[in-house]
Amino acid sequence: MNILDKERKVRELESKIDELGNKEITSKLKLEIDNYKQESMINLTSWDRVLLARHQLRPTSKEFINYLCDDFIELRGDRLFRDDKSIIGGIGTINGNVVTIIAQQKGKSLDENLERNFAMPHPEGYRKALRLMKQAEKFRRPIITLIDTPGAYPGLEAEERGQGEAIARNLLEMSNFTVPTIAVIIGEGGSGGALALGVTNKVIMLENAIYSILSPEGYATILWKDASLASKAAEVMKLTSYDLEEFGIIDRIVKEPLGGAHFDKTLTFKNTKKAILEELYSLRKLTGEELRESRMDKYREFGFFQRFNYDNL
Amino acid sequence: MNNLVKTFENRRSLKSKFKIARTKSKITSSKIDVPKGLYEKCPTCKETVNMKNTVDNKFICKNCGEHFRVRAIDRLKITVDSGTFVEKGHGYITLNPLFQDGYEEKISDYKAKTNLDEAYIYGYAEINGVPTVIGIMDSYFLMGSMGSVVGEKVTKSFEYAMYKKLPIIIFTASGGARMQEGIFSLMQMAKTSQGVLRHSKMGLLYISVLTNPTTGGVTASFATLGDIILAEPNALVGFAGPRVIEQTINQKLPEGFQRSEFLEKKGFIDKVVNRNDLKDTLSKLLILHRRIR
Repeated sequence: MNILDKERKVRELESKIDELGNKEITSKLKLEIDNYKQESMINLTSWDRVLLARHQLRPTSKEFINYLCDDFIELRGDRLFRDDKSIIGGIGTINGNVVTIIAQQKGKSLDENLERNFAMPHPEGYRKALRLMKQAEKFRRPIITLIDTPGAYPGLEAEERGQGEAIARNLLEMSNFTVPTIAVIIGEGGSGGALALGVTNKVIMLENAIYSILSPEGYATILWKDASLASKAAEVMKLTSYDLEEFGIIDRIVKEPLGGAHFDKTLTFKNTKKAILEELYSLRKLTGEELRESRMDKYREFGFFQRFNYDNL
Repeated sequence: MNNLVKTFENRRSLKSKFKIARTKSKITSSKIDVPKGLYEKCPTCKETVNMKNTVDNKFICKNCGEHFRVRAIDRLKITVDSGTFVEKGHGYITLNPLFQDGYEEKISDYKAKTNLDEAYIYGYAEINGVPTVIGIMDSYFLMGSMGSVVGEKVTKSFEYAMYKKLPIIIFTASGGARMQEGIFSLMQMAKTSQGVLRHSKMGLLYISVLTNPTTGGVTASFATLGDIILAEPNALVGFAGPRVIEQTINQKLPEGFQRSEFLEKKGFIDKVVNRNDLKDTLSKLLILHRRIR
């Protein structure tokens, strides 16, 4: 029984309680539901977290921005080709701090998802992000990126317009900024498409978000030639926030309410805002050069290998 | 221009008497690798070709001009001046961070087969007498995929070039990031890009030569960040693999899609260079960028 089945059961019981109307019994039953949630939803498997990260009701970037920012002005277009709707960007204020926010936006309905291309950006999306980030560098604004994508779009036009080059350029330029940069992985963090916004001083991750080299389905197909083994792949891939914190890939986990972010969105937003502000204030103490060097040194250390036979370098 | 090339060549022959002082790497002394059969079928023109002639012809099919995939060692032989290559950064051990079944055995298999410690080698070399740092990916080693060790060695090769104040040439041939090492492979994309950045900030030249195939995480990091990007004819270069794209858009891809000529037309590659001209093109570019002290 995975997390979605459990959630369905809880929702079913809750709707039945409302029908009853008897106060004594309802309060008693509510307590029981809470107990059930405590028991069943506290220890989640990796696959459960994958399902939660892709949940239909999970808050999207726009909802996060609405809560985080006192006001937000969206800026569009990469000045080269067109405006990619799967990435939104703009200027906002968080508790009086003026920041540039870049976010990958999933849709809530099918129509919106088609418009947003299921948050799978084309090269022009990454070029728009780069343009806005360079603008932030010019005006000394911190950059906050919200990551929520299954991956960069693997399509015909995307290849024609240089998907690989766009991502590579982002990786290089993001390393070079002298303003504080923070990435928040709020849902799916899929491979290069996520990393292209994720080379930052601090990487914050929501508890039930995932961050991986490719989707569990793709992993199972490539290594075991069977996409139905995705749940097994999820366990092997070490893609949850707790695994990644252990590896040192991410810096901080933001706690989510029991059963996933969508059970109590405000609490999730509140925790996220607190984490962003704390990291932002700690990064503000560093100079631009320190920020760039510490960021580069951080990524220089990543890797898991052994070395013997040291030559002159 | 040719005079310049000649003067550098003469300089090399003058230098050659000091050759003994150089440490001879294991790689240059090993034999050239001729495929098993004497005659083999060319995958493009379906014509049987004499393998020995093909090897002499820099692994180009005499019949149709198809550029075959080349091992790192053979690539060295046809690109750099013989005896000048000094391998650096040998001796990394690939570990198994995600405890994948059979990954260690696979690696040791490939190690024995290819005589390399990983899918990437780098070192000091001279091309027509011009000193440079050269890095070569080997697509025969687990599809040249980029794991922790490859990422580290690529970054190290940029750092070595910075230390020596030399330009760097990288021949890419890779299927992308290595799945078995999971998130660590992904982070190598950021790491190698930063290697390019630091090298570039010193005002040094980086030429990347895209060879068949260059896809995935390598395309999306250091391969497309070169100051000058060259490519071999008919090499597959792209971010997503052709099969993935076909599945996504549900239709057949046009002929020549994602090939180097296509990308040259779209403006992502400076020049498609035939393998026969590659060495001279590289040495000319290096001479044009030489530092005047």
